[in-house]
Amino acid sequence: MTLEAAFYGIGRLDRLSYQDTAVHRLDPRAKVVATMLFVVAVVSFPRYEVLSLFPFFLFPVLMAAFGDIPAGFITKKVVAVSPFAVFVGMFNPLFDPGTVAIAPGVSVSAGWFSFASILVKFALTVSTALLLIATTSFPGICRGLRRLGVPALFVSQLLFLYRYLFVLMEEAMRVVRARDMRSFGKRGTGGRIFIRIVGTLFLRTVERAERIYGAMLARGFRGEVPSLRREALRPSDALFVLAAGSLFALCRLVPVPEALGRIARGLIA
Amino acid sequence: MHMADALLSPAVGATFWTGTLGTIGYASKKLKAHLDDKKIPLMGVLGAFIFASQMINFTIPGTGSSGHLGGGMILAVMLGPHAAFIVMASVLTVQALFFADGGLLALGCNIWNLGFYPCFVAYPLIYKPLVGDGRSPQRILLASMASAVAGLQMGAFSVVLQTLLSGKTELPFGTFLLMMQPIHLAIGVVEGFVTAGVINYVRAARPEILDSSASAKPLAAGISLRNVLVGFVALAVVTGGALSWFASAHTDGLEWSIEKVAGKGELPEHKHGVAAAIKGLQERTAFLPDYGFKPAASEPKAKEEKPAWPNVDAGTSVSGLIGAVLVLAMAFGIGSAIRAFRGRNSS
Repeated sequence: MTLEAAFYGIGRLDRLSYQDTAVHRLDPRAKVVATMLFVVAVVSFPRYEVLSLFPFFLFPVLMAAFGDIPAGFITKKVVAVSPFAVFVGMFNPLFDPGTVAIAPGVSVSAGWFSFASILVKFALTVSTALLLIATTSFPGICRGLRRLGVPALFVSQLLFLYRYLFVLMEEAMRVVRARDMRSFGKRGTGGRIFIRIVGTLFLRTVERAERIYGAMLARGFRGEVPSLRREALRPSDALFVLAAGSLFALCRLVPVPEALGRIARGLIA
Repeated sequence: MHMADALLSPAVGATFWTGTLGTIGYASKKLKAHLDDKKIPLMGVLGAFIFASQMINFTIPGTGSSGHLGGGMILAVMLGPHAAFIVMASVLTVQALFFADGGLLALGCNIWNLGFYPCFVAYPLIYKPLVGDGRSPQRILLASMASAVAGLQMGAFSVVLQTLLSGKTELPFGTFLLMMQPIHLAIGVVEGFVTAGVINYVRAARPEILDSSASAKPLAAGISLRNVLVGFVALAVVTGGALSWFASAHTDGLEWSIEKVAGKGELPEHKHGVAAAIKGLQERTAFLPDYGFKPAASEPKAKEEKPAWPNVDAGTSVSGLIGAVLVLAMAFGIGSAIRAFRGRNSS
């Protein structure tokens, strides 16, 4: 991904996270907990299970719908990061010795089922993770993590990283653009120039950090980044976590698609 | 490449999350004790720097492909292992959230693979001993290369282990290993070059940055040499004592080859001459022939039976233990001799 594409991608996701909807107003802790429960539930399915995973799509779909997050945007990002999972999973049909009959007389390698399972699990977990950041501002997540017990030093680190991410990406973009304008084809894009670019950026970063530290000292910095928002857990947050958790447990323990299918056939026949 | 959630099982993910969170807590505690506030914005901005640098591509001469920086080793050299781990963890967290690069459950594994091995294994055990006082560019290159390659190999192997332990893929261990390790070897070499280049660049421009991190409390301050030695002795005892039972009871590779070629497990013995005399001496002085106790002359020859495994045998264990002690003694002996020799020469 080019620097510009990454910059605008993060920018858009960041701006989406500052919208004001019912989902955005939920406590960050509730959303983090619900997302982790979701991921664990999805990942705990056995390797050949495919159809029972489909009810889980309800969670990301509802989050996106109530949170005003464009579905195409999320889907494109999911596809963009899929190569590794696809690459590892696609060997399953080749290496799995078992076979499954899908129609009278037609049988395929069981590996196709485990491959499909990997793909579905991938789509579910990645889209939900993206929706977490799309519906919760990054500082909100950091505050939530702090309340959940993550060390203060690490949370400060995350907040500083976020604060200066865009600044440094812009600076890197300027340097890379300058390099691209002074290079011809492959010349000038080699390791030697890269080392100088990175070295210069590093020195500029260190000097910037010194200026930042001086500025913060002048404003009373004493080691931790304080937050004025007094976020307390509300009943709606607890309800959200409870509802989500129960839904995941239900879908994990009861084969919902099968049950629905049987009911439907009973109605038709 | 980062691990994905879909390839993990909850058990493996939770295990590595525990390890990662524990290490984050440990590093935070260690930093809070020694850190001055000035480092906090520095760590934050350096995290953003690594994040941005990882997206700058450069072409690798000769292959035409492009590479990019990992950054773990540069951070470890500039900031020290604890701070570097915190920074790498934060970079990977932001990547996982904003780019979905590696899932949320897999984040624990990714921070472990890309943060623990470079900062807490490759840096103290490979980079620091090799780089010496850090003034010679050749030693910096050697140390960077070795530590980058080692760190990446360990990380890649970790990914293979985590995937296989989760049981979601049919990929055989050997095939997966063969795909991951060579690629990461090449990546490690490139990373080593770039790391050394950046370190030398910074040293030329602002040497005090490196000097201040080099004179900072060494990682081994809390680890005494005595404890390390005790650890190694204990490990040697366990390996020699118990693990020797699991040594294969079948013929080893050399004997097997000789068997196929010459028809017998061992070559015919010499009856006369110097070789025979030396062999006689060896037989008399060896007090653990063939790694076991000497059978008393009066014992009847044991029946030829299929070798059992694990080959539990008091003789083998004692041999293993004694062998381990002898090796340690030899190592110390050589070390002390070298020390004494150099001490004599330099005084």
